[in-house]
Amino acid sequence: MSGFLLQRLMQAILLLLIVSMIGFAILHLAPGGPLSQFAAGGEMNQEDLDRIIEQLGLNRPLPVQYAEWLWRMLSGDWGLSYRDQQPVLHIIAGHLGPTLELMLSSTLLAMLIGAWIGIIGAVKRYSLFDSIATIGTMIALSIPTFWFGLVVIYVFSVGLGWLPSGNRFTIGDGSFLNRLHHLVGPCIVLALVSTAVWSRYMRSSMLDVINQDFVRTARAKGVPERQILMKHVLRNALLPMITITGLHVPSLLSGALVTETVFTWPGMGRLFLDSISYRDYPVVMGILMFTAVMVLLGSLLADLLYGVADPRIARSGR
Amino acid sequence: MTKISDGSVTSAFPMPAIHRRDMLALGAGGLLAATGLGSARAQTKAAPPPPSKPTGQVVVGLSQEPTAFNPLMPGIEVDETVWMQIFNTMWVADPKGNLMPDLAREIPSEANGGISEGGLAWKVKLRPGVTWHDGTPFTAEDVKYTLELINAPGFKARTRVGHAFVKDIKVTGPLEISWRMEKAYAPYLALLSNTFIVPKHILEKAADPNTAPFNQTPVGTGPFKWGTRTPGDNIQLVANDKFHGKGPYLERAVLKYVPDQTALYAQFRTGQVDLIIGTGIPANFYAEAVKLPGRKVVKIPSASLEMLMPNLEHPVLKDKAVRKALYASLNKQAIIDIIYYGLHIPTESFTPQDSWAYNPNLPKHVYDPALANKILDEAGWKRSGSGTRMKDGVPLTFAVSTTTGAALREQAQQLMMQDWAQIGAKMTINNMPAAVIWGEFYTRSKFESLIVGTAFRTVIDPDPAARFASDAIPAKNGSGANQMQWQNAEVDKLLKDGQTTFDQEKRKAIYWKLQEIAREELPILPIYQYAPVEGYKEGLIGYEPNVNARQNTWNMGSWYWAR
Repeated sequence: MSGFLLQRLMQAILLLLIVSMIGFAILHLAPGGPLSQFAAGGEMNQEDLDRIIEQLGLNRPLPVQYAEWLWRMLSGDWGLSYRDQQPVLHIIAGHLGPTLELMLSSTLLAMLIGAWIGIIGAVKRYSLFDSIATIGTMIALSIPTFWFGLVVIYVFSVGLGWLPSGNRFTIGDGSFLNRLHHLVGPCIVLALVSTAVWSRYMRSSMLDVINQDFVRTARAKGVPERQILMKHVLRNALLPMITITGLHVPSLLSGALVTETVFTWPGMGRLFLDSISYRDYPVVMGILMFTAVMVLLGSLLADLLYGVADPRIARSGR
Repeated sequence: MTKISDGSVTSAFPMPAIHRRDMLALGAGGLLAATGLGSARAQTKAAPPPPSKPTGQVVVGLSQEPTAFNPLMPGIEVDETVWMQIFNTMWVADPKGNLMPDLAREIPSEANGGISEGGLAWKVKLRPGVTWHDGTPFTAEDVKYTLELINAPGFKARTRVGHAFVKDIKVTGPLEISWRMEKAYAPYLALLSNTFIVPKHILEKAADPNTAPFNQTPVGTGPFKWGTRTPGDNIQLVANDKFHGKGPYLERAVLKYVPDQTALYAQFRTGQVDLIIGTGIPANFYAEAVKLPGRKVVKIPSASLEMLMPNLEHPVLKDKAVRKALYASLNKQAIIDIIYYGLHIPTESFTPQDSWAYNPNLPKHVYDPALANKILDEAGWKRSGSGTRMKDGVPLTFAVSTTTGAALREQAQQLMMQDWAQIGAKMTINNMPAAVIWGEFYTRSKFESLIVGTAFRTVIDPDPAARFASDAIPAKNGSGANQMQWQNAEVDKLLKDGQTTFDQEKRKAIYWKLQEIAREELPILPIYQYAPVEGYKEGLIGYEPNVNARQNTWNMGSWYWAR
């Protein structure tokens, strides 16, 4: 087990290094730069722009800039945001809370409903429920999030006045109920798509198991249908779901770009979008590395949990 | 220079001019509003008096996020919404262009001896009784420190335009300061109306002013003190009860960032933000917004100009006949009416129509494709088989660029393309994201032509030297922002004269001439002057659009709610 861990860790470090190199190069080689926003304003002269480029060290050769960034990163200094003048880690930390709040609640909602729809759909395959669920899923998957977000705002906020049209809480209030009230809109929007995804995964995973020999054997033995479902089918069907959950961990922390923008949710997705459009290199690199670490951790976690859930895999000598 | 008030210590923040604002609210038209022709009082009942102590809060909706809080460091316009509350300048410009003393006791002029030796020697008397938010008294040392910091070698100053000429700064008394200028530079008065004074006693203790904690928790002399910030969401400011001017009347001001303009408008509709300023309400929502109950929606004056900026080194666009023909065959009114719902104001000049330097006698643009064809025929641009004109083997074709996703400008491009196809000019479209467009593509003049919305002036001064002088072309190692690469000896001389003349009437003559030349030579094709739409909740007293402020939170200290 420890050998497996060590091997995975070495792979991870190598991967992170490659990710950082490619990310850094693409980001810096892309046309435009962090000073575009100032040039667009028209207030600053070329002399001012050139001076600031030099003060930021952006006129040096790219490999030098990368080496310096890497060295600082390894020593724990993720740099200062160009836009914000604050440490990158501090900025990321500030946006993690809102993202976690939104993503966890919507994911839990989506998993519960999605799993339920998937299970029923698989057990009662080709029933009216299954057909409706399948059509509904396809529709949910095809709806663009930004459009659905605006529709939710238009109907429930502007039209009916039931929900706030955005923000995490009312400034000056911030009570639990107030936060919950604000969470409903973006949570529904995000959950819609992921419910669809989860239900499809669950359904196909269930169907894979339901037709296996051991299920038929159990039935032949006379095991009650309910027990077959819970003990044999569901347990086995949940295995692939662990992988999917593991792969879903990074998105819990990297946030939802579109929904966060439409609902004015101050999370990681919006931070990333803003940082990209301002070419705030240190923050973009910070988020990139953070997300890369999360992806690696998520898949590692999934592999480890797999072993826990299914002893056959743990014993197979990895 | 701008009209100068009587020199007595008056507050920089006058009581709101109610009649003017309501004229705007009635949609009296941007031009009328901009010129302040509000003699007919639209509002009969007087505004209720302000509260005796700061009460309530206002939530200001912004579509960009303020992130830079040191007012001397690089920032964009939206950052100034914060600077204006926390800090003060020596004087500020009111909506009519009058400079009003703030941290200074009077506006220096040649008449009162504040400016002498033909603009080389400056002396400013400062206002007594001003304190920093931490209780430390404000003195001339703070002004000296501020001006020196801007020019300090390692400091990431936003701009040194004008400041670079300042030398020999002397504190001649606790509230008196003098300096000399390397050369006479009239726009400096205007530049100082946008130069916020920072506290010496805090910043001098910082190891590096570029990374001082002050830059995250600024301390100033303004009507509001720094409260808290939730990055990516909002900034809360609290009333400064020791403020030297009128107000503040609000207990708290919240600057709320809503990144999407449509979402921001929705929050305005549902009442989560009390007002929308800055980028404002999108033109396509204007008709609906004016009908919203409990909201006032106003067209506000703006100094920004929408133009087609040709690259004058482009083989086709360098030909004046081509520019004249393109301008004559551009249906400006159609662009304004069809795409911008008739909101904006057609203009012929780069100078805002609200400025004292604006020349109203320029030839009016007439949409006349026949004239355009004639100009091109005479200039030797002959129609070829494909319909595109040619001259000396060069086809009359060029690209127009704008920011990808700027939907309204992309529509304007379609109209331009149709207009110009009629006269045998082939326009192509080359759009890119904002960070790319405004990078070297723009600054180093790598575009063929560009749709640009910007103001051609120096803060509130009409001086456009940075835009038009031939030594201001970055692509030719100049320092400035003459991206169209205009070179004209007569213009250079006028620009120089304008900068070294302090008498407003004389300067006016200079800038009138300059506008005539620009109208004739067309280094830019002016399309319209912006009339953006802002909105606020009924009952908010004191909001007053100011074409001479970079954000309409300029007088937020004197805002309050009618109860």
